[in-house]
Amino acid sequence: MKLSLGPIQYFWDRDTVMQFYARIAVAPVDIVYLGEVVCAKRRALNATDWLDIAGRLAACGKEVVLSTLVLVEAASELSRMRHIVENGRYRVEANDMAAVNMLCGRERFVVGPHINIYNGETLRLFSDLGACRWVPPLELGREAVTELQAMRPKGMETEVFAFGRLPLAFSARCFTARAHGLPKDDCQFRCADYPDGMELETRDGLQFLALNGIQVQSGSTANLVRELPTLRAIEVDVLRLSPQSRGMETVIDWFRRAIDGRVDPDEAARALEASASTGPCNGYWHGVAGMDWLTEFDP
Amino acid sequence: MNRRIELVCPAGSLPALKVAVDHGADAVYLGFRNATNARNFPGLNFDDSEMRRGIQYAHERGARVFLALNTYARVGQWSDWTRAADAAADLGVDAVILADPGLMHYCRERHPALRLHLSVQGSATNPEAISFYARQFGVQRVVLPRVLSLNQVRYVISNTPVEVEVFGFGSLCVMVEGRCALSSYVTGESPNTCGVCSPAKAVRWEESGSSRQSRLNGVLIDVYAPGESAGYPTLCKGRFIVRGVPDVSPAYALEEPTSLNVLGILPDLLRSGISAVKVEGRQRSPAYVAQVTRVLRAALDACMRDPSGYVPRPEWVAELDRLAEGRQHTLGAIDRAWQ
Repeated sequence: MKLSLGPIQYFWDRDTVMQFYARIAVAPVDIVYLGEVVCAKRRALNATDWLDIAGRLAACGKEVVLSTLVLVEAASELSRMRHIVENGRYRVEANDMAAVNMLCGRERFVVGPHINIYNGETLRLFSDLGACRWVPPLELGREAVTELQAMRPKGMETEVFAFGRLPLAFSARCFTARAHGLPKDDCQFRCADYPDGMELETRDGLQFLALNGIQVQSGSTANLVRELPTLRAIEVDVLRLSPQSRGMETVIDWFRRAIDGRVDPDEAARALEASASTGPCNGYWHGVAGMDWLTEFDP
Repeated sequence: MNRRIELVCPAGSLPALKVAVDHGADAVYLGFRNATNARNFPGLNFDDSEMRRGIQYAHERGARVFLALNTYARVGQWSDWTRAADAAADLGVDAVILADPGLMHYCRERHPALRLHLSVQGSATNPEAISFYARQFGVQRVVLPRVLSLNQVRYVISNTPVEVEVFGFGSLCVMVEGRCALSSYVTGESPNTCGVCSPAKAVRWEESGSSRQSRLNGVLIDVYAPGESAGYPTLCKGRFIVRGVPDVSPAYALEEPTSLNVLGILPDLLRSGISAVKVEGRQRSPAYVAQVTRVLRAALDACMRDPSGYVPRPEWVAELDRLAEGRQHTLGAIDRAWQ
């Protein structure tokens, strides 16, 4: 079973990103997804920077995948997407049908978690279009993924979102700017001040959601390390870990050791609770509310 | 010669369908009584016989009927969705509104004469994405998510041959439709998986001496002072506290309880080249549908007759505001300067 590092969801400055991937280059992940997926205005790194990072990671033996923007509205965003699609070297993760339209029939590609594949017929369709790996929508749990594994076309890898704050929703509105009383057109890049998103609490103090520019994330950190026996049994190929600003190498390490059988998944779960920036959740996987954290289940 | 914009109205029941047609809808949209449509609420929607009668009623009066099959087919229950598509073709609906690519593929193969509309749940926000659905499945109309500005709507229309339908009145989704899992994060059920958002069965109201609280699966969505009017606890429209900003008082951090209303910019929409205006609200009463349809019919007729002389009449605005969520309205993203 392979480990992947998903695209950075937050707006980190250039140096932070460079240093982060320098550490990732020597961390035990197999696949690294690169690029801005949330907001087209975030341009701390240009295309050359991303390709430099890609080159360094590839030289260290990582499979590099270039991820595309989720919410695409402008012609400029489409032309940047076309550059990514036509990069000529790295595989691309499509997060919008625009990217699928550019990729299908010419390249093998990865279908990201924001493309809605909820059934085997749609999965087969994407396989025919050239998809070689897919990340099920975050809402899909064990029962659905198990059934879909039985139906999956030849050559299709399955990657499950296994750690990190869940990217739950996207809007045209920038929630970070809104919280600062700023219009989106003059956002002043306030999202750069929140390397793991802004905390949104209910009025009785529940850490409910996180605001990350135009994206809304789960308040809790998804963690499926205890579900490893099932994930392995149903032949999931890749587990995706979503970057957080602190302790990411520790997170990777615990997952790696759990996958390799060097540590018990329960012990890894306990250790990861200390490394996560917020409390855990695994409800989606168990077919209940995504925010729930089930500790008693049949692994 | 001015273009004609089609007025598309919601029919959550046979009585709602009849009043929509009677009050001037050019088309109505409806769904079967199951999870195949995105308004899968108790007491709503149509069985086969009601649908047959509804289609006949509409067709006899020159109105078209669109069938919403706009949820994502669940694995293991694929035949529920294909059965609904087969029934739609048999019943003679004028179009099906779809979001699931697998189901579009099925309809294209099995019912090539059936007209396909891309549901707002299909999340197509740009011409390249629309081109995907047109190329692969022959989609003839797209319903745009309520996140685009007028400039962005114009950009889409001038770069696609596919007809464009936009929302004109009703509840406002601030998130890109089809890409919002907030409801399932809290309750386990979402528009994509179950055709519901913030489902009623998860709602609990709590009264205390000094306040009224709304909860969704236990999560506190809002607190109302005595006398303050309380809205349905759609979770993105609650008041929350955002940490890390100077003002940590509870606020509508995601969206206010408000309705979308495009009366003020109908001439701009007409000139942009849209093909249809859609009214949200299959969960609403026939009386609501009648009123909204009547006002929008009058406004659209006035606008198409004389776009440059068009001004929304105060009584139209007042009537719609009375029906609006939170009794207030917004142009939403469509009025933004976003590029």
